[in-house]
Formats: sequence, structure tokens, C-alpha cells
Amino acid sequence: MKRHLISAADLTHDDALLILDTAEEMARVANRPIKKLPTLRGRTVVNLFFEDSTRTRISFEAAAKRLSADVINFSAKGSSVSKGESLKDTALTLEAMGADAVVIRHHASGAPHRLATSGWIKGSVVNAGDGTHEHPTQALLDAFTMRRHLAGAPDGGPTYHQGPGDGTGRDLAGRRITIVGDVLHSRVARSNVHLLGTLGAHVTLVAPPTLLPIGVESWPCEVSYDLDSVLAKSDAVMMLRVQSERMNAAFFPTEREYARRYGLDAARMAVLPEHAIVMHPGPMNRGMEITAEVADSGRCTAVEQVGNGVSVRMAVLYLLLGGNEPAITTENRTEETK
Amino acid sequence: MSKILIRGAKLLGAEPQDVLIVDEAITAVGSDLTVSSAESATVIEADGQILLPGLVDLHTHLREPGREDSETVLTGTRAAAIGGYTAVHAMANTFPVADTAGVVEQVWRLGKESGYCDVQPVGAVTVGLEGKKLAELGAMHDSAAGVRVFSDDGKCVDDAVIMRRALEYVKAFDGVIAQHAQEPRLTEGAQMNEGIVSAELGLRGWPAVAEESIIARDVLLAAHVGSRVHICHLSTAGSVELVRWAKSKGWNVTAEVTPHHLLLTDELVRSYNPVYKVNPPLRTEADAIALREALADGTIDCVATDHAPHPHEDKDCEWAAAAMGMVGLETALSVVQHTMVDTGLLDWAGVADRMSFRPAAIGRLPGHGRPIAVGEPANLALVDPAYRGVVNPVGFASRSRNTPYEGLELPGRVTATFLRGKATVMDGKLT
Repeated sequence: MKRHLISAADLTHDDALLILDTAEEMARVANRPIKKLPTLRGRTVVNLFFEDSTRTRISFEAAAKRLSADVINFSAKGSSVSKGESLKDTALTLEAMGADAVVIRHHASGAPHRLATSGWIKGSVVNAGDGTHEHPTQALLDAFTMRRHLAGAPDGGPTYHQGPGDGTGRDLAGRRITIVGDVLHSRVARSNVHLLGTLGAHVTLVAPPTLLPIGVESWPCEVSYDLDSVLAKSDAVMMLRVQSERMNAAFFPTEREYARRYGLDAARMAVLPEHAIVMHPGPMNRGMEITAEVADSGRCTAVEQVGNGVSVRMAVLYLLLGGNEPAITTENRTEETK
Repeated sequence: MSKILIRGAKLLGAEPQDVLIVDEAITAVGSDLTVSSAESATVIEADGQILLPGLVDLHTHLREPGREDSETVLTGTRAAAIGGYTAVHAMANTFPVADTAGVVEQVWRLGKESGYCDVQPVGAVTVGLEGKKLAELGAMHDSAAGVRVFSDDGKCVDDAVIMRRALEYVKAFDGVIAQHAQEPRLTEGAQMNEGIVSAELGLRGWPAVAEESIIARDVLLAAHVGSRVHICHLSTAGSVELVRWAKSKGWNVTAEVTPHHLLLTDELVRSYNPVYKVNPPLRTEADAIALREALADGTIDCVATDHAPHPHEDKDCEWAAAAMGMVGLETALSVVQHTMVDTGLLDWAGVADRMSFRPAAIGRLPGHGRPIAVGEPANLALVDPAYRGVVNPVGFASRSRNTPYEGLELPGRVTATFLRGKATVMDGKLT
């Protein structure tokens, strides 16, 4: 395993499977009365958030705490950073405090990369979303969720789980994943395209042409402007959030038109294959990219994704920091079976 | 009386000759020159070296007044001398902006005092570089600085009417408008070249069309009003095509390219290292190849450094927060040798043309960009083309270190620079 997690593109097939399989082990911890492992006792994880994101921060916080790490939350808002302190000085401060891992969310694409490669800190860097670049743990939790629902029978055949099951050991070979919405500004889409490709899935991006980046043709996926033409052959549909600041920047004429052409409603959901799931990284704009009916339906995995996020982030922190010890010790296993 | 005899240098890369400099001028050129009173002459043995006319930069940011933390006229001209330059055009985007006779005269006077390199101030086209109201172009021309090149560089003169008026107005004193071609709306928040790499990195794109659309408009405007337009730091293959087309029409259009756009591409941005952040941004390999070919065939008239010093802290940060620009004076000739001469695209006579004759002619700069001949002012650069060295910014004469070439081995070194017969650089070091 590598020292940092900056980009989903850096993960090999083996790396990705190791994280996802470890996350399955972590998920079992969540089902225990005491949801805690001693693995990272005495290690310090800093959540360095330059951008508000309560959801992602508490997910990392819960993950680190379940591994018994000490957690420091550093929110740039109201701190010295808002008074003009540079990323470098913030990093040097955290280094001096002995951070073993820095989980960073930053509005500038590449900030985690700078943090990991500039020599400012020695600890591991985990990208918790940088600008419009990547959000690798989101892609991992998405893949984890897909794998639980969609991974085939052990022989690779087309048998699907009825509801979520254990995906251990499986990848997403041959699964068709459709990602819909603001790809241009989406770090979730970028990370997913890389990771899902690595796991063998066929990805199709669907968006109005204004919300696809120039250069998307070089990505390992297909692109369509027409949602209806791809739904029937999708095993999962991931709806991206449309940020409110896009609404007045001529990316599309009106919210109504966007919802009509690219939103997922009950009629469109009915076209999906029976086993297909609907995903959303949250927070959802109900009525915009997804109707309430779809969001609240049994096929929507948005809430499940949040839970899986903790397991996946536990796996990432464990693999980056925990070294070679098994995540769950024999005693724990014995305890579990009691 | 000072006498310098340069022995056996290849003049513009041709057969070796001797050149005798007495005081400020070249007094003899020939084989086996001897000095009558040998004891008073400095003799430079220049076997294997190339003698070029002193280089002329049409595009230098000296930062003074206002940002003396990154460069001053003195440190910038020292860097210029190290690079073989005898004249630089100091861009107008200082604090205060060089948009009045007072500011351009101040910069001009600081250049005189430095003694390392002539400094020809560039005047702003519009007041405060704001693109709204013409600056007093005539007053800047009539000042001691004698401004003939006007530019809002750093910003585009994007209002078509202001641009038209500026082009027309400077005809009265044979001025030229040097346009920073960047359509502002298409480049709001732009961080790097828009293309495959920006799509992957999630950095907002600076599309080629934002440069090309302005160039297309401005060559048409220049043709319409019968004036001269110069395009700063051309960076795309499409821009080359537009300039080629405008020249084929016989329009008075000139263009420059920076060394970094000849050598570097946007692939380097994958490192997110802001030392590669520059405006216009590094483009693709195909663009760089088109720029080299255009410089070779003369479509692009000259190399201009766009030397843009920045303090360390403005580059030691995340990409989006970093300043745009690279220093270039001390490495320009090496990059040109590497990309143009060593590749066979341009000979040394071509280098003299693109780095001295033509930029001096565009700027209408007297005494620079002259042939190496008897009676001419002794503005010269002596180059050792066989030298190979790794770029180490610690040794820069510039106050700033933001070079994209750190650690890169580049060919060629300026061993001596002469400004009107006075050595500003000798043995590769400032005198």
C-alpha cells in the first residue's frame, strides 16, 4: 500500500481490492455493540478542512475514532488560515504537533498533492476532496456500495445480489455504470471514472455538453448527452449534485430544463433493469437532479453510501497507518464469534 | 582609451574573425588583427565561441517601482547582462503603473544608473491597465524615455474600440501596440491550458481560442487602420496560423514567443508545482512544435522572455493561490540554443535575427540590433555553445528564483556581454 491517497488513478486493481476487502472487515465492526478497534491507538489523525463539509469530516472522524486514533479537527474557517496563513505554514504547524495522517479537504485542485510532495510534512496525506480534481474515498465508498449490490457470482456470471451482500474478493468487471450531471466541476466523477475503470466496469458519463470538460474524450469511459438512451443498460446510475452557483452561469438555461433533460424521476427509474441501483454522493437537490420519489425509493443507496463511507475510510486509514498488523486481531475475532 | 580585442570568435556563427572594440564602438573586424599598443588592450581568446549582437528583449518585467521584493531595475538588468542582453523593454504593470511620463522617465533613469543594460520603458495603453481610458501615449513618447512600445501586458486591451483608437493614435509617432491577447470572459479564473490535462487535473482551462480570437480581431483592426500591432507571447498553433495569414496579406503584424513556450508543455502541470504556472499557460507538445517552426520560418519575429520574477512565497503554495510567471533572462539563450539551434531549426545568424535585430527593429530601438561591423556600437554577446550546465537558481543575478528549468541541463553560456564597449559580463560573471 502506498503512503498517501491522493488520486484514485494511483490505485492498482490489487490496491483497490485490498481497500474494499479491508472495508468489508471494518463493516463487521460496525455491527458490534462496541464499534471500536485498538489498531491506531496513539496515532494522530488531523482533519484539515479548508472547505466546509460536515458530512465528509464526520465520516473521517468516525472512522479514525473507531480505530482508536486521536483526532484533531482543524477547520480553516475562523482559524489563522482565514487570516492569510499559507498552506505551508499550516502544514508545518501540524507536522510540529506530530500528525501521523492529514486528511485534507481543499478548494484548490492539487492542494493534497502539494502537501504530500513538497516536503512540508512527513505523515500520510489523504485527499478528502480537492477543488474539481478528485475525491478518492468517495469513489471507494461508491465502488464498495456497487460491489455489494452488483458483483456477480464467484464464477463471474450475471447473478446479482438481492439487496446488499458481502462483495469480498470481487471487482466490477463488466458492470455498466452511468454517472449523470455536472462532470466538469465534479471531483466525484473524476475519481469514479478512474477507480471504476480499474475495477473493470464500463462507465458512461451523461451531461449537457457544457458540463463536460474539454478533453473528456481522453478519459477511459464513454460520453452521452442523452440520459434516456443509456438507462436501460445501466447496472447503477449515479446522480451528481448540481451546485447552485452553476445555475446562473449559462451552463444550462433553467433548472426546470435541466431537471427535465438530466434529472432522474420515477418514469426514468422504471426503465432501469430490475437489479439496478440509484446512487447519489449527497447532499441531494431534490427536484433538481433527483426527484423525492426516486430519492426515497428502495433502489436509492444514498444513505447506505454514507454508512459505507465510514468503513472505507477506516480501511484507508488503517492501511496507510496501521502497517502490517491485521486489522482485526484474533482476540477480536474470538470475541466476535462469542 | 579602452581597447578590447576579441580573437577568433565566429561572428553570427560564421568563420572565425577578430573584432576590435575601441571605447564604445567596433573599429575593426578581420583576420589576425593586431593591437598597436598591445599593453593597453584586453585580449579575449574566443576560439569556438559565437559572437552575437547584444540581445534585445521586448518583454521584461523589472517590477520597479512597487515590487522591489521580486526584482529591481538593477537586479533585473544584471540578470539581463548575464543572459547576453544589452537592452530590455520594461513592462508597464508596475505599482504605480507606467502610464504617465513621470513613471516611464523614472524607470528609464534607473536603467541609466544601473549601467548593466539599456532599459527602454514600455508605456501602458490605458490608464491603470484598466482598459477604459487611453493613457497619455504622446506624453510618454515625448518624454526622455521616448516610449514607442505600448502594452497593457498582464491584461488584454479587450475593448475593440479602445484597441482601435490606440492603434490609430500611435501612428503619429511610429508607435506599436503590444497586445496581451486574452479574451477575459473566456479565461475567468483560468489556471492552465484547457485540454486533456486540465480535464484530468480539475484545473480551470485557459482555452487557445481566448488568445486566438483576440489576435484575429487585432490583426484585422491593425489592417483596417493601417497601424502596427505586435502580439505578445504567442502560445498556440492556431495563433501561428493567424499571424501567418495576416503577414501573407502584407499587414504590419509582428509576434514574439517566449523560451518557455518553445520548450515546456502542460504535461508538467501534473506535478501541481506552481513554478510551471504562467500566463499564457504552457500549451501542448503540438503547440510547442508549431511555435518552433514558426520562429524558424520567421512567422514569429522574435523571442521575448516575459521575465516575470516572483518572491518565493508566491510560488511555495497550492497551484490556485500561486502567482503566474517565470524568470527567463538568464536562461533564454540556452533554451533557444536547445530548442532551435541544436535541433537544426535555426542557425546562429537566425538567433541574432530573432533575439536582437528584429526585436530592436520592432521597438525602433536605436543603437541595438545592429550588425557586427566597423563603426557600429559595440553591443555584443559572446557565447560558448559547447558549454553544458545544470540550471541552479541559487546563482541567479535576478532577485527571484522562479525558474521552471531548475535541475535541467541546458547548453550554451554567455561568457561575455558588452554594452557600448564596456564589459558587463566577463568569464560568465558580472563585472
